[in-house]
Amino acid sequence: MVLRFGFLRFRFLRFVRLERRLLAPIVALVLVAAACGSQDEAQDEVSRDACTDPVQAATAIDRDVDVAGTTIRLATHGSFALSDDTLAAFTEQTGIEVEQVGAGDAGTLVSSAILTKDNPTADVLFGIDNAFLCRGLDADLFLAYESPELARVPDEFELDGGSRVTPISYGDVCANYWFNELPADPPTSLDDLVAEVNRGQFVTQDAEVSSPGFAFLLATIAKYGEDGWEDYWRKLLANDAAIAADWESAYRGDFIAGGGDRSIVMSYASSPAAEVLFADPPVDEPPTGVLFDGCFRQIEFAGILAGTDHPAAAAALIDFMLSTTYQNDIPLNMFVYPVVEDAMLPGVFVEHAALASDPLTLDPTTIEQNREDWLDQWAEIVLA
Amino acid sequence: MRPRSGSPLVIGLLPLAFLAAFFVYPLAALFVEGFRFGPDEIGGVFSRSRFWRTAWFTVWQAVVSTAVTLLISLPLSAVVGRYRFRGRSVLLALVTVPFVLPTVVVASAFLASLERLGLADRFGNSAAVIIAAHVFFNVAVVVRTVGGYWRGLDDRPEQAARVLGAGPIAAFRHVTLPRLRPAILAATSIILLFTMTSFGVVLLLGGPRRGTLETEIYRFALNRTDFGTAAVLAIVQLVAVLGLLVVNSWLARRLTQRERRGATARPRPRGRQWLGIAAAVVPVMVFLTVPMSALVERSFRSGGSYSWANYRALTDRPPLLPVDGVTALSNSVRFAVAAMAIAVGVGVAASVVIASSSRAAHLRPSRAERAMGWVLDVGLLLPLGTSAVTLGFGFLVALDEPVDLRPTWIIIALAQSLIGVPFVVRAVVPVLRSIDGHVREAAAALGASPSVVRREIELPMARSAIGVGAVFAFAVALGEFGATSFVGRSPDRMTVPLAIGQLLGQPGQQLRGQAMALSTILMVATIVVIMIIDRNDRAGVL
Repeated sequence: MVLRFGFLRFRFLRFVRLERRLLAPIVALVLVAAACGSQDEAQDEVSRDACTDPVQAATAIDRDVDVAGTTIRLATHGSFALSDDTLAAFTEQTGIEVEQVGAGDAGTLVSSAILTKDNPTADVLFGIDNAFLCRGLDADLFLAYESPELARVPDEFELDGGSRVTPISYGDVCANYWFNELPADPPTSLDDLVAEVNRGQFVTQDAEVSSPGFAFLLATIAKYGEDGWEDYWRKLLANDAAIAADWESAYRGDFIAGGGDRSIVMSYASSPAAEVLFADPPVDEPPTGVLFDGCFRQIEFAGILAGTDHPAAAAALIDFMLSTTYQNDIPLNMFVYPVVEDAMLPGVFVEHAALASDPLTLDPTTIEQNREDWLDQWAEIVLA
Repeated sequence: MRPRSGSPLVIGLLPLAFLAAFFVYPLAALFVEGFRFGPDEIGGVFSRSRFWRTAWFTVWQAVVSTAVTLLISLPLSAVVGRYRFRGRSVLLALVTVPFVLPTVVVASAFLASLERLGLADRFGNSAAVIIAAHVFFNVAVVVRTVGGYWRGLDDRPEQAARVLGAGPIAAFRHVTLPRLRPAILAATSIILLFTMTSFGVVLLLGGPRRGTLETEIYRFALNRTDFGTAAVLAIVQLVAVLGLLVVNSWLARRLTQRERRGATARPRPRGRQWLGIAAAVVPVMVFLTVPMSALVERSFRSGGSYSWANYRALTDRPPLLPVDGVTALSNSVRFAVAAMAIAVGVGVAASVVIASSSRAAHLRPSRAERAMGWVLDVGLLLPLGTSAVTLGFGFLVALDEPVDLRPTWIIIALAQSLIGVPFVVRAVVPVLRSIDGHVREAAAALGASPSVVRREIELPMARSAIGVGAVFAFAVALGEFGATSFVGRSPDRMTVPLAIGQLLGQPGQQLRGQAMALSTILMVATIVVIMIIDRNDRAGVL
């Protein structure tokens, strides 16, 4: 045995000497790549006060071209859905075909767009929200385009001063609770989530991974301030709150709805409408309610990707996204609200979905400047 | 001297080109164009205590998961390798099913089982759940690789040992186990790679407190858009995996000996042997089938009773999905078959080169042959140990010229085949290596050229191993989620795992039922396809 071991080691040493010749070029390559990277670093710095300030005068998109017969691609995230005839109506009106690409989450969408900026996989991107907005703007992802349809959109949604992105839909990230399993009265404020009576009842999502999870972190920062949010999170964890990876594992794992034993979950203000629409067996009233305190407002934008070969067709799609045909189709497919004032809400939304009267927000530039630090601090609290 | 056609150097060109075009080039392009980093990022990564904790947990959970998987699967491999009985092929198909189940489904099945057993507080977000899920996924790798190899072993050496007075345990320890080493090593390397870079299981079951390098790359590349840090982490992961593969490749060459392979008739079990078989099979099958049957049960629950309602809903276009369930399934199968075909073509060609390059010195594989064999052996396994995020981004950045492959479905099949090739190589190489040199020499003496020897002798002997590799390449492609989610969700690209993800993404019990019905369909489709592939085996060497 000992002998055989010695033999192995001997052969191994000889082998290592042999393979070193092969490993050296690999190491060299890695170092060269590293050196290339650091050179270009400085150019990426953008010096602007707010990322939503206009960079330069926008060159107008020439709309006087024949767009019929072109095919454009729409990059979206995995929650994107529409009825069959909606995009068909667009093709009928304009002669433009639309193909959808991408199915990851919002983070994947923005990161992929940044990496493929020079040769984008799509012409239009939909699904960048206020939490990620500055990432896209700082990377100069979009062409400026001010749709004439924006007149029908309230100003509060137009966050970008440079008109590079167009607001399409919005919704509130709020805690939901399961009426029948609550240990006490329904919570009425975020403070109730750290109360002893709700020990072990709340589940939220990983702020580093999940969009509602990050929105809740931002909500606590907006509500309790730079000095107070960390303390709130410590109390939350001390009260045995759970942190699931994403919305699916929280809502469909830990929450009562998914067979779990927690009665309060971070979700959306519109979730009760889905609980009615997709109930099985059918119900008249949703089994869930919404905690309207501490809701974070998410606004989702669309933009024309700067590398597009079809800017006019892309602009037509942006206009169409603000049409009532498209806007009316949003609620029942994506469970968020249309931004135009003349959109019609479906009955189930009117009855069972709602918006927070006083939602929390943070300025996209503030989010961008502090994201790393906040996430580092958050991770430190959670890992402690 | 110009290499003759049919020489390993020529055959090796195909897998080498595949590796260069779809792995080396995309990664290089990504690191040059997007994943840039400098001394700041390197320092930033290594000074975080989080990095060291993550790195340690990555290695620890991979080693433990692999050891536990080996321990509980080896008895099952013995049953599959040594006996012939009714239900054997069903058993083989069943153990492979976890492989195709989307992680989100497996994770929720695990979480639900924990809740139901009242163990959620104790084991939720613990290393134990991660390891259990890894075992669940990987039992098939051991059972199929080792069991398949075992089946092709001529058992005369064991009989000789028994005649010479060795008891069954001694014969196993001193004769069978050493002969199985190449297959065990192959399975070990695959599982180590798989668990080291496993993403969904760790992210969904581990929560924020249990991270691996793979989930860290995801966190930094996607949600923080901190490409520099992600790049450093990806390189650390790549170097670690490379080290693992180098050691593995070296060990595999040392440990393989020529074997007499042939048609040993496997007996039907008798009397007390059934007891042993039951002891090996039942616990593992209970462990594997409990989460699966919970899923099937849920798929039939609708409106407070059991019915086909969730399945019927899939024949129309369900809400939120761009296609009906049947279309999604046919998309999935189409991509998986294409991925399997690419993986088998590339994998078999590479296996021939790898096996012949490590032949005994008197058969004189040239220096170039040996180098090519080594590069393919290590290089083709690397994708399995590379983070899905890195690979996905690499494809997006690189495969836009000369033809923009990104909007086509071919890119999905390519990404999936990259993960499938290692399974083919790891199944086929040990068999090719073990073919007794005398057989080859006898054929050559009778006038067969090397390519005839390969076609008429080696490949038929490796047929069942190719089948094993094909099954995995197919299964891994069918359940694949990561790469698919980067490239497509047009109606013609919506796969079943994507559809399941989308259905589970909104509240409502009806959607959950439909997602479970789709998962069940995926399971049944897998069992059927695997049994068809396995059937080809019957006439082969086994």
